[in-house]
Amino acid sequence: MSDRRSVTVSVNGKTYTREVETRLTLADFIRHELMLTGTHLGCEHGVCGACTILLDGQSARSCLMLAVQAEGREITTVEGIARGEDELHPLQQAFMDNHGLQCGFCTPGMLTTLIEFLRDNPDPTEREVRVAISGNLCRCTGYQGIVAAALDAAERLRKEA
Amino acid sequence: MKPPPFTYHDPSTVAEALELLSGNDNARLLAGGQSLMPMLAMRFVLPDDVIDINNIAELSGIEVTGGGLRIGAMTRQRDIEFSDVVQQHCPLMREAILQVGHRQTRNRGTLGGSMAHLDPSAELPTVAMATDATIHVASAKGTRDIAMADYPAGYMTPAMELDEMVTGVSFPDWPAGHGYGFVEFARRHGDFAITSAACLMTLDASGAIDRISLTVSGVGPAPVRCRDAEAMLIGQHPSEDALKAAGETCRAIDAMADVHASSDYRQHLATVMSRRAMTAAAARAAGTTGATGATGKGE
Repeated sequence: MSDRRSVTVSVNGKTYTREVETRLTLADFIRHELMLTGTHLGCEHGVCGACTILLDGQSARSCLMLAVQAEGREITTVEGIARGEDELHPLQQAFMDNHGLQCGFCTPGMLTTLIEFLRDNPDPTEREVRVAISGNLCRCTGYQGIVAAALDAAERLRKEA
Repeated sequence: MKPPPFTYHDPSTVAEALELLSGNDNARLLAGGQSLMPMLAMRFVLPDDVIDINNIAELSGIEVTGGGLRIGAMTRQRDIEFSDVVQQHCPLMREAILQVGHRQTRNRGTLGGSMAHLDPSAELPTVAMATDATIHVASAKGTRDIAMADYPAGYMTPAMELDEMVTGVSFPDWPAGHGYGFVEFARRHGDFAITSAACLMTLDASGAIDRISLTVSGVGPAPVRCRDAEAMLIGQHPSEDALKAAGETCRAIDAMADVHASSDYRQHLATVMSRRAMTAAAARAAGTTGATGATGKGE
């Protein structure tokens, strides 16, 4: 006997309804029910930050929420960040241009975390960027490229504003 | 890792939540989920029922009372971080909360969750101990208040019954212009500290300490008030030597040992972190500086 519920969420502007087990995490819901596999699962207990999504615009670890808790909420995953089919978000472009990724596993969490951060702090110092991504583990880059990308993106976004 | 099967409930009032808790000795309250969700994933807890209290609006909010702040249990750490009222009334809490996890976890994590989980080095219980806070708890039978000094019953165990829940915490004010300092030593910014210290201080007209509160966490099973250090410093000027000598008394705290640090090392950190917290508090009480250097490095 499993405890099941219907859940309706908006992900990247599209509404989905699924009936799921109440113990299903939001991360597994996004990956296995919605087949949006851009959100990555590393540690599955809230340490690595790879599964970070935006919940009503605020960053949150999707492995630390139940899918049923997202009822009626708006979620943005890495698939919903780009400006369009042929145009990346300036942050994504800055990651490409500054070697902000190698294997790419941590990248979805880095991007979602930094989108919220740069929205709230458009002109950060390097130190502030490092604190902002302190909850996201990267095992490839040594963080240098990521920090450079974040600072570069901040500048690009400021020019747009 | 997947949570074990359970029955999920999402009440919209405290009364409904308490009714669900009543007579159920294997239920867990789900607050921000930043501790319970990993514990479920790792099967450290196997509850029959999970009672999600995120939809209970009456549990959130920061209220200025006569003598301090009353903060609802489900108030997000993020809301505390960005609250002008908190900065004004309890700047120690603002300094501490910047070291609670990361932005992604503070967006979800709650005051009540931190208090109920009671990790030995958690920042918010440390602030509660430093300020002589009162924990408000409720059960289907009624409500009661627990002084923070009596709240930890042991390692990660609050002095609450199984059918009780934290509904809020009251933090008494310190006088305007008081000094404060919160410092911690952690391997990575935002991780649980190995050892942390919180200090509140006021000085009299001559510059001598007339009131001080010193708390050390991550050494014993719960935050510890360092009464010997406090007693030693009353009436003293906060000189480097006086603060160092007072910090040295923290070495006497009965210390835990685990994979992260030996008991000797934690006792050493207790002396260093307490001295740094007192130094920051003294400087602010005297109105000479603002910064404390958040995460300790070295020593």
